[in-house]
Amino acid sequence: MPIREDVLVVGGGLAAATAALAARETGRSVRLVAHKKSTLRQASGLIDVLGYVDGDGPRADPYGAITDLPDDHPYRIVGEEGVRDGLRLFDDAVGDMYAGGHTDANALVPTYGGTVKPTARYPNSVAPGLASVEEDALFVGFESTTDFSAPVVADHVVAAGVPFEARGVTVPFPIRFRDDARATRFAKALDEDEAADDGRGVRRALAESVGEHLDGEERVGFPAMLGDDHDEEVREELADRLGVSVFEVPTGPPSLLGLKLEDRLFEALDEAGIRLSTGNPAVGYEADGDRIEAVYVDRKGKDVPYHAEQFVLATGGLVGKGIGSDRERVTEPVFDCHVPHPEDRYDWSESAAFGGHAFARFGVVPDEELRPTTASGEPEFANLRAAGGVVGGADVAREKSASGVSLATAAVAGGRAGEEA
Amino acid sequence: MSDAENPSNPTPDEQTDFEPVQVFDDETEMDLRPGADNCYKCTTCDTTCPVAEVDDDFPGPKFQGPEQWRLKRKDDEDIDDSITSCSNCMRCDNACPSSVPLSQMHNTARGEYVDKQMDKLSREYLRNRLLSNYRIMAEIGSKVPRLTNFALNNSLVQKVNEKVLGITSERDFPEFAEQTFREWWHERGGAQVSSEEKKIAYFHGCYSNYNTPEVAKALVRVFEEFGYEIAVPRQRCSGTPMFANGMLDDAERAAEVNVSEFSDLIDEGYDVIASCTSCSMSLRQEYPELFEFHGTAEVSAHTYEAMEYLRIHEDLESEIEDASVEEQSFAYHAPCHARNQGLERQAVELFRELDGVNIEDVGDSCSGISGTYGWKDEKYDTSMKIGEEMFDHMEHAEGNVGMTECPTCSMQMEHGTGYDIKHPLQLLEEALV
Repeated sequence: MPIREDVLVVGGGLAAATAALAARETGRSVRLVAHKKSTLRQASGLIDVLGYVDGDGPRADPYGAITDLPDDHPYRIVGEEGVRDGLRLFDDAVGDMYAGGHTDANALVPTYGGTVKPTARYPNSVAPGLASVEEDALFVGFESTTDFSAPVVADHVVAAGVPFEARGVTVPFPIRFRDDARATRFAKALDEDEAADDGRGVRRALAESVGEHLDGEERVGFPAMLGDDHDEEVREELADRLGVSVFEVPTGPPSLLGLKLEDRLFEALDEAGIRLSTGNPAVGYEADGDRIEAVYVDRKGKDVPYHAEQFVLATGGLVGKGIGSDRERVTEPVFDCHVPHPEDRYDWSESAAFGGHAFARFGVVPDEELRPTTASGEPEFANLRAAGGVVGGADVAREKSASGVSLATAAVAGGRAGEEA
Repeated sequence: MSDAENPSNPTPDEQTDFEPVQVFDDETEMDLRPGADNCYKCTTCDTTCPVAEVDDDFPGPKFQGPEQWRLKRKDDEDIDDSITSCSNCMRCDNACPSSVPLSQMHNTARGEYVDKQMDKLSREYLRNRLLSNYRIMAEIGSKVPRLTNFALNNSLVQKVNEKVLGITSERDFPEFAEQTFREWWHERGGAQVSSEEKKIAYFHGCYSNYNTPEVAKALVRVFEEFGYEIAVPRQRCSGTPMFANGMLDDAERAAEVNVSEFSDLIDEGYDVIASCTSCSMSLRQEYPELFEFHGTAEVSAHTYEAMEYLRIHEDLESEIEDASVEEQSFAYHAPCHARNQGLERQAVELFRELDGVNIEDVGDSCSGISGTYGWKDEKYDTSMKIGEEMFDHMEHAEGNVGMTECPTCSMQMEHGTGYDIKHPLQLLEEALV
């Protein structure tokens, strides 16, 4: 008998990890099959649920806003209960690493670009920076991290109408690294409190150089590279030395906050006894009538079947390559599920860059228990469910709903898969 | 885009036959342009690179691959010599969300560097050539194993190796077995099981032939227990150390023999099984990326790591659940090359079900030795720095026996902790045979 589990989840991101946890909660054996390193390491680490509806927002109450969404939105299918269940699974998995669970309301987090983003859960290190806190803030950037300009961030934050004053300064990092040094290098230097170029400990040197710029601000924000394994210790030491609170601003890739979330979630999978196979892509399947028997994983030219009773497709959307497209059509490459789209590809997008693009909502069309359906509305397969970006109907970038859609659909799809396996 | 809105091809059908324009006049060379174009600079590869993590001067895989490839479009640009600091762990391949063929780009660049820029009389070249042709040394050394073992680990010889050749004196050379696996195989009269349906051709590689024949013997006994007929054809080095040192001509010669011998057996219904994850990696991925012998694709598609093959074709899990062994605890390390083949979890997941065994994964760091890399005098410190995290996790694990599939990872694990190191096949043999 070959490789077999009760539930097989295909994908490696937030939706796949959460679907696996949801299925495992039912007591079934679960395996997750992922192609590459998790895309979580490219994510901000923020868990957005719903911030805008059709360009209108930021909305304070993400749950209340669900009913304003179109009928085919994944949130309308899983309902508020599904969203709450997804967040419960997330909160259980990350434990006290994250904040935001104390309230239903959205928090407003200053981002790398200086915008203020509504989000439902955020790493602890982000918490002192919330835009709703009425404390003046000093943003600090480093000369060598050219993609984070603290003065620009501060100006943008102020322009967003926050209830405090903000200023930005750029200082040299106390250790001179190569010009294209990565965020992880800065984090490691702080983690291990390496010697600065002048011989002082780098934490002390940094605090002292930032201290010279403090002018009554009550908090200081850095790009999220304040340590890795010892991040809390780094932040506490900087805060102690500066005499104000210290927070992190989530960054783009390589994102330390995303990397830490990835590590934590995969630890949670391991703790739950979920099996993992990563490194090879799922490329096809074997079915008997309307039931999938196995998913084929391509190991460099040879297809290996992974058998299961129930399957969850969580391969991501257009960016994650769970949805593919060429000049003619839009497809779901593993099971070839139906993905509706306008025939003329010039109708796939709007002329305005930040408009309500059709392509943003491309994905499989789920039935009430998240089984992808055919053009005529029947389930493609009796035992296949979909979760995350591969599910159509949400414009997650515009709505600020990507993580929430992943969590909610994963909770429902994974849970049902487990119950029926 | 304007070219799409005003297509020069009038009908849509013709447009789907769109052929990319040849921009560069290097049609005879391997076309790595699509790979370079797929890179969107997310730097995931750089944050996964174990060398970049400990060596601030190493620019990382994104530079070594797509960026260097683009720089090379200018004829007068040399390959940057930092390419020799890449250890060929191939983690960047596994990391890239855009499927940029990073290790293929590194192998190609390194080959070109060695070919065109390296002084063939330099100590470094001679040393690297010697290290990558370990099999030839081993072949000679194993004729007189006791003498070789004595001589190689004589501290005077080690000092000479370091001074003259640049091979670190910090490491003890692995001992040669008194009887090679192939000698044992012939002495026992070859295959003891014959089968029409279940046939495997064993790629034992160099290390389990000359140094750890107990691993190769374990493979034979386990597969015969499952009823497989085993062939052990003529074979050369898989090429792994040669790729890592840019000795592509040597690798090509070895690969030609391997592909020819094993593809003949595939035609007779055999699958190819390796016990070393770098050997299986080489046959599977590097051969088709770098060579075009007849049969290369077949060998790639039919090659498996030993336990992987049993998981796919037998009910290994039930067999393990029904078995038991004496109480023992292992600190397991997944080799980088196992990761790219999707094999990094199988030993831990399987042996967790085996009665008597406690097994712990010591984390996802690289062991740092990367084949010949950690043997080089100037790379030794980098190698040990990379290994620190693994050593630390091994010491905190309950078991004080290490386990891994890769021969050089096992050298590093032993070197860093003093633990004995086993191959999963040896535990499989203990449980099932």
